[in-house]
Amino acid sequence: MTIAAENLTANHPRRKWTDYFTFCVDHKVIGIQYLVSSFVFFFVGGAFAEVMRTELATPDPDVVPPELYNQLMTLHGTIMIFLWIVPAGAAFANYLIPLMVGTEDMAFPRLNAVAFWLTPPGGILLISSFFVGAPQAGWTSYPPLSLLSGKWGEELWILSLLLVGTSSILGAINFVTTILKMRIKDMDLHSMPLFCWAMLATSSLILLSTPVLAAALILLSFDLIAGTSFFNPAGGGDPVVYQHLFWFYSHPAVYIMILPFFGVISEVIPVHARKPIFGYRAIAYSSLAISFLGLIVWAHHMFTSGTPGWLRMFFMATTMLIAVPTGIKIFSWCGTLWGGKIQLNSAMLFAFGFLSSFMIGGLTGVMVASVPFDIHVHDTYFVVGHFHYVLFGGSAFALFSGVYHWFPKMTGRMVNEPLGRLHFILTFIGMNLTFMPMHELGLMGMNRRIALYDIEFQPLNILSTIGAYTLAVSTFPFVINVFWSLFKGEKAARNPWRALTLEWQTASPPIIENFEEEPVLWCGPYDFGIDTELVDEEETVQTLIADAAGS
Amino acid sequence: MKIPGSIVTLLVGVLITIISLWYGQNHGLMPVAASTDAKEVDGIFNYMMTIATGLFLLVEGVLVYCLIRFRRRKGDRTDGPPVEGNVPLEILWTAIPTVIVFTLAVYSFEVYNNLGGLDPTISRDNAGQQMAHNHMGHMGGMGNMVAMAGQDDVALGIGLDSQEQGVKPLMVDVKGIQYAWIFTYPETGIISGELHAPIDRPVQLNMEAGDVIHAFWIPQLRLKQDVIPGRGSTLVFNASTPGQYPVICAELCGAYHGGMKSVFYAHTPEEYDSWVAANAPAPTESVALALPKATSSMTEGEYLAPYAEEMGVEATVLAQLKDHAATGDLL
Ligand code: HEM
Ligand SMILES: [Cu+2]
Ligand SMILES: [Cu+2]
Repeated sequence: MTIAAENLTANHPRRKWTDYFTFCVDHKVIGIQYLVSSFVFFFVGGAFAEVMRTELATPDPDVVPPELYNQLMTLHGTIMIFLWIVPAGAAFANYLIPLMVGTEDMAFPRLNAVAFWLTPPGGILLISSFFVGAPQAGWTSYPPLSLLSGKWGEELWILSLLLVGTSSILGAINFVTTILKMRIKDMDLHSMPLFCWAMLATSSLILLSTPVLAAALILLSFDLIAGTSFFNPAGGGDPVVYQHLFWFYSHPAVYIMILPFFGVISEVIPVHARKPIFGYRAIAYSSLAISFLGLIVWAHHMFTSGTPGWLRMFFMATTMLIAVPTGIKIFSWCGTLWGGKIQLNSAMLFAFGFLSSFMIGGLTGVMVASVPFDIHVHDTYFVVGHFHYVLFGGSAFALFSGVYHWFPKMTGRMVNEPLGRLHFILTFIGMNLTFMPMHELGLMGMNRRIALYDIEFQPLNILSTIGAYTLAVSTFPFVINVFWSLFKGEKAARNPWRALTLEWQTASPPIIENFEEEPVLWCGPYDFGIDTELVDEEETVQTLIADAAGS
Repeated sequence: MKIPGSIVTLLVGVLITIISLWYGQNHGLMPVAASTDAKEVDGIFNYMMTIATGLFLLVEGVLVYCLIRFRRRKGDRTDGPPVEGNVPLEILWTAIPTVIVFTLAVYSFEVYNNLGGLDPTISRDNAGQQMAHNHMGHMGGMGNMVAMAGQDDVALGIGLDSQEQGVKPLMVDVKGIQYAWIFTYPETGIISGELHAPIDRPVQLNMEAGDVIHAFWIPQLRLKQDVIPGRGSTLVFNASTPGQYPVICAELCGAYHGGMKSVFYAHTPEEYDSWVAANAPAPTESVALALPKATSSMTEGEYLAPYAEEMGVEATVLAQLKDHAATGDLL
C-alpha cells in the first residue's frame, strides 16, 4: 500500500518548496501558505501573551510600562483573531474543500491567491506599528480612546484589518461558490462532508458582517485623520454607534472563529471512533442556525454601555437561544463517541480536549448572556477566562486536532505520536491552569486590560502565569514533531485512517490536479460500520488503481 | 450480582443532582454582597452554577467514560455500531437546553426588572428631561450645580426610580476622568475623590465622563455602568452592609486604567453625618467650583499620582479643581 502510493506520486510532478513563496493558484499550496503563515503569527501573538502574563505575575507594572502592556494586549488580541484563528480556518477550507467535493481547484483560483497574499502584508503592517507607537485601545478600539492614543499606530491597525477583512470576504466568496457549484455529480448537499456545511455557514456570516466592520473602520479612520466627528463626542459624534457597528461584525466573528473548527471536529470524531456521525442533519442545520442567530446577538457585548433596558432583554434572549444549536452539536459528538471503537491518537486527544474545554466555555457563555450577571462580570477576567476557553480550548484545540488528522494527507508523512501526546498533555494542563483561575479573579473584582492590580489577586495570577509558561513549553514538542515528521516521519498511505471522505481517495500528498480520475462516491462520508466490508473493499480497489498507475 | 443499567443510571443521576445542588449554593466564588440587589444577582449566579455543574459533570463524565470504556483494542479493525441518530434522544437533548435557557431568561428578566433595569426614567433613551428636572430640584440651595455635558441627551443605566421609593435619595454627581473618579455631593457641596453614602438610603449616581469612556463598578454591589462622554448615565442603589468597597473603572481608558480606583464607604447613618460635618465646605468656598476639563493638560506625574499614593486622589484632584475654579474655566 505504502509503496503503491509512492509509485503513484512518482509519476506526477510534485510541488517544489519554492512554490510556497509564489503567487501559486493551486488551492493546496494556498492552504499550506495560510496554515504556515497563521502559525508564524500564532507564535508572535503567543510571545506577546507570555510577556503580558509575566507582567501580571506581580501586582506592579514592573516588567513592561503600562503603555507597552496595552500595546502588547491590543496586538495579541488582534493577531490571535485576525492572523491566526481566522486564517487557519481559511487554511483548512482552502486545502480541503476542493478535495472533499471532488474537484480540481477552487471556483476562482486567482482570487484565492489574491486573498491569501493580502494577509502577510496585513500582519506586517500591524506589527510594524510598533515603530510609530502601536495601538493601545484594545482589539475593539473604542473611540474616543482610540482617537486619542497614538494616531499612526491606530491608523496602521485599521489598514491592516481592512486588508485581512478583504481577504476573508474574497475567501468566503470562493468557498460558497466551490461548495455550491463544484461538487461531483453524485454528491448532493446532504452527502457532503460536515466541514463543507460548516464553511457554508461561516462564509455566509463573513459575507454579511465583514463589510459592516469595514464601514466602521473607515469612519473611524476619517475621525482619526480627517478630523470628522462620526464617533467623537467632542464634535457631537456618538461613540456608542461605533460599538454597534463594531460588534455587528465582531460578534459574528467569534462564530467565524469557531464554526470551521466545529466542522473539523465533525470530520475527526467519526473517523477515529469508527462510527457514523450521530445526527448528521442536526449538526449541519445547527451550523446554519448558529450563523443566523449569530447575526442578532451583537449587543450582548454592550450590556453596560448605552443600551436601553428593553434592548438588553432582547439581546439576552437571542444570545441564550444560541445555546440550543450549540448544545445539539455537543450532544451529537458525544453520541458519536458512545459505543465507538476509539483510537486515541493525537488528533482524537485534541478532539477530546476540544469537547471538554469548549463545554466550559459554552457554559460560562450562557452565564454572561444573563444581563444581571453580565453587569457584574463584563470587562473583567471572568470574560477573559470565558473567551479563552472558547477560543483556545475550542478553536485552537480543534485546529491542532485537524493538523494531526490531515498531516499525513498534506505532507505524505505520519506524525510522531508520542510527541503529539506530549503536546496534548502540556497544552491541556497549561490551558486549564492559565484560564481557569481567571474566572474567579473576575468574580472577585479584577477588571481586564490592566497592567497593575491589587495584591489580593496575586496568588491566582501566579497560577495563571505558570499555566501560560506551560503553554509556551507545549509548543516545543509540536514544532519539533512537525519538522521531524516532515523529513523523517513514516511514509503515509493515501488513507491511513481508513476514512470515507473524498480527500482520502487520492495520494498523500495529493497530486497537483488532485485526483487521477474523477473520484467516485462509494458511500456517504461517515458510513462506518454500515457495510463492514466497505472500507476494506475500497482500500483494495485503491491499491489496485495505485498499482496499475505505478507499473 | 450484576446491577441493572437503569439503576446505575438512576444512581449516577441522583449523585450528579446532589453534587450540583450543593456546589451551586456553596461555591463561595462571589465577594460579599453589600445590597439586597446584589443578593438577587447572586441568586441567579447560584442557579446558573447549579445547572452548569450538572451539565459539566454529565458531559465530562460521558467523555471520560467513552475514553475508558470504548477504547479500540490493538489489532481491532472493525467499526462501531452504525447508529446514525435517535430521534427521541435528539428531541430530548434539544428540549433540555431549550427549557433551561427559557427558565434562565425568565429568571434573569425578573431580577433585571427588580434591579430597576426597566424603569422608564432611568433606562430609557428619552429620560433626558426627567434628569434635568431632578437637577433643578436640588440645585436651588447650594447653587453649585455643575453643568452636565449632554444632560439633555440620554440617561442610561439601572436602578429603581428613586423618587418612587418615598425616601429622598442621596444625589451624587460622578465624573470619570483619566484616571480618577470625582464625586460631587450637591446637597452638601462636598467634592471628594471617594464615594461616601449611608446604608439603607437610595443613592443615585448621575455620571458623566470628561474624556474617554470609563465604567463605574463596585463588585460588592454587582453594579456596573459605562460612563460615556456626551451622555449622562445613572445608577441607583441601596447599600445594606456597612463597609469599604472598591470603586473600579472597568472600561479601558488608557495606560493607567488599572490605577483608576477609589473607595466606596458605606456608612451607618451616624458615621455619614459626622463625615458630612467634617467635610462640608464653608458656603462661600464652593460657589464657583467647576470640574476640570479633560486631563490632557495633566502631566504624567499627575496621572500617576492617584495610583502611587492610593487614596491620594482627593488631594491632587481637588488641587486641580481649585485651579480651574480660579481661572473660571468652566466645562
Ligand atoms: C498562549 C496562550 C494565551 C495566553 C497566555 C493569553 C493571555 C491573554 C491575556 C493575559 C490577555 C489580556 C486580558 C485582558 O487584560 O483583558 C489576553 C487577551 C486576549 N486574548 Fe489571549 N491568551 C492566549 C491565547 C489566545 C488565543 C489562542 C486567542 C484567540 C484565538 C486569544 C485572544 C485574545 C483576545 C481577543 C484578547 C483580548 C484583547 C483585548 O482585550 O483587546 N488569546 N490574552
Ligand atoms: Cu477609567
Ligand atoms: Cu479605566
